[in-house]
Amino acid sequence: MDISNLTRDYLHKLFKEGQRFDGRGLLDLKDVSIEYGVSNKAEGSARVKIGKTEVIAGVKIDVGTPYPDSLDSGNLVVSGDLLPLASPRFEMGPPGFGGIEVPRLIDRLLRESGFIDFEGLCIKEGEKVWTLYVDVYPINDDGALIDAASLACVAALRHATLPELTEDQKVNRESKGKKKVPLNESMLPLSFTFFKLGDSLLLHPTREEEEACEAKITFGASKWEGTLMINSCQKGWETTFSRADIETMMDTIPEKYEELSKKLNKLLK
Amino acid sequence: MRTPINEAREAPEEEMISAEVSKRTIVVPGEIIVEGDDYLPGEGARREGEKVVASRFGLGEIAGRVVKVIPMSGAYVPRRNNVVLGRVTDITFNGWLLDLDCPGSGFLPIAESPRFINQHEMDQFLAIGDIAAVKIWSIKGRGIDLTLKGKGLGKLEGGFIFRINASRVPRIIGREGSMINLIKDNTHCQITVGQNGWVWISGESTKDELRARKAVEYIANNVQITGLTDHMEEWFTKN
Amino acid sequence: MVLKRVSGRKATEMRPMIAKVGVVPNADGSAIFAFGNSIAIAAVYGPRQLHPQHMQDPSTGILRVTYDLLSFSVSDRKKPGPSRRSQEISKVIEWSLLPVLDLKEFPNTVVDVQVYIPQADASTRVAAINAASMALAHAGLPMKDLVTAVSVGKLDKDLVVDVDKDEEDFEGGEGPTDFPMAKIAQSEAFTLLQLDGKIPPESVKKALAMGSDACNEVYEVQKKALKEFV
Repeated sequence: MDISNLTRDYLHKLFKEGQRFDGRGLLDLKDVSIEYGVSNKAEGSARVKIGKTEVIAGVKIDVGTPYPDSLDSGNLVVSGDLLPLASPRFEMGPPGFGGIEVPRLIDRLLRESGFIDFEGLCIKEGEKVWTLYVDVYPINDDGALIDAASLACVAALRHATLPELTEDQKVNRESKGKKKVPLNESMLPLSFTFFKLGDSLLLHPTREEEEACEAKITFGASKWEGTLMINSCQKGWETTFSRADIETMMDTIPEKYEELSKKLNKLLK
Repeated sequence: MRTPINEAREAPEEEMISAEVSKRTIVVPGEIIVEGDDYLPGEGARREGEKVVASRFGLGEIAGRVVKVIPMSGAYVPRRNNVVLGRVTDITFNGWLLDLDCPGSGFLPIAESPRFINQHEMDQFLAIGDIAAVKIWSIKGRGIDLTLKGKGLGKLEGGFIFRINASRVPRIIGREGSMINLIKDNTHCQITVGQNGWVWISGESTKDELRARKAVEYIANNVQITGLTDHMEEWFTKN
Repeated sequence: MVLKRVSGRKATEMRPMIAKVGVVPNADGSAIFAFGNSIAIAAVYGPRQLHPQHMQDPSTGILRVTYDLLSFSVSDRKKPGPSRRSQEISKVIEWSLLPVLDLKEFPNTVVDVQVYIPQADASTRVAAINAASMALAHAGLPMKDLVTAVSVGKLDKDLVVDVDKDEEDFEGGEGPTDFPMAKIAQSEAFTLLQLDGKIPPESVKKALAMGSDACNEVYEVQKKALKEFV
């Protein structure tokens, strides 16, 4: 059932009091867990859980040709699908907007942060480069899907190793390569999607909370030479954010980034 | 606030607590529950020669001679006389369409509202997105016919609704309403439980309301505990 | 000559199986089933409203199965989106499950079974059937019995149970034969039968017997997983 008027009104009031059904503060993160190597045919893979939301991502790597305007750089393709498995709301058939938006947001986050060392993916300038295919799939959607999905992609990339080339320059699928995918680890891109109901801002909503909200905005953040940078932004849905809202978010992201990256550095290899 | 008995009563075949129950065990479809000509297969069970076999996954129960399988999971299947919570999705010239979180659209004719409603003020009574506790009085073809006439039925105002698995509803209500009354007495909340798994809570304070929800969800997640009512009495002293 | 499987398994030895129910909280029923490194995850939604209306059947609910490999589940990446192969497998899986289901009490509805393979090591369709069968039971649907499935293979002349990728790609002699099968758990009624390779009729009979025994082992694993559900 879609969200009811009375529940939306109740959540409006509840959030105004600074409360949530699960006892968290409005900007408190849910429990996050990461598991690596969930698919052994992938060059890298990970499963992320944010509360009950579960997402898996895998990296496949192949030899490709560079784009004409970046002859010394490898390529990145982010795709995936909102599998109808994960929610009664996801429909079968060609990807709806959600299925298109999620990979594109993650693509921008990864590119703008500089996390991937694209030049390190060059095999022979102008001729041969590595192409990273990152595919992300939700297994259970209980809100905050974008944040879980981007974390799964980052984790899968950190787990990934470059394949080796055989003597006739073909990709050797028989054994795992030893060289890791070249990454600028210190950059660690993370996404934070804020949701709004009335005047209240939330992070890591449950699906129930998300369905009551009226606007959302996703920020990608990473570290550039030790300083926190906002790399990307996308506002969605139909109502508005005020300047004060954005200012609150700019004050919130740095501490949440530290909190989440500390958590991850315990969990990330 | 006590619930009138006929508002809270679950459809009889769903009663999970029975004095004569001699055996209860989880069974899978096709599994033999008991052998013997004397036994009568009830809901969720069937006879195959000498054997009484499970026709679904759930808690196989032998109560006297009757053998049935009580659901522990799965989607809600609408039944006549069920009281359910529905959300208004549309208003037509002669009634309201409701989403009952099950296949088939619920239709509440204007004639089945508890008092006279003028056609022009239908949305003032029940607007799109509003929730009502309705009774299913008939299921035919693609439609489910509803009524608001009856005790405990009507538009719900204030509070919030949330979902538990429909199979857990009998335990939330308890034998003759014992469990639901325990929750109400301890939290001073109004609570309406729909057979479709949707629960409405409205109380005097946020603290009470959140506590009531926690209690309902705790019961729904712990149906396997025997003596659950006593267990919940203790739970309320600690939570 | 003694049969040598790359994995070192005996002819009738299956890979370690994993089964668990309730892995997708949003679904009405869900389960994971694995034969060794071949993992299938299934979710069931239904009975629920079927759109578009013209697809509805007023005499019964319909079963709709979607099977697919996730892009990174195989050595050579599979492009996202259904392929001819996945569409065919979806259909045979549907046919393998229908005989145990009775959806007549749910007219005009659909029961959606979504099954995906995050990691493939051959025998994915039979792993999918095993997961789907548990997920359908978990969803509380009226079922006569569970459905159990296994693949029987032939490496040159030797029949083996539970084919892995190395065996699927076997070369030499009569080559590999892949014979996936499914049956209604407590019977000898087969609901899935497919075959690719070269196998004499007498060996087909033997393969069915071996497969049936292996399916009985699968049944014990499925039952245990369902009974562990709370």
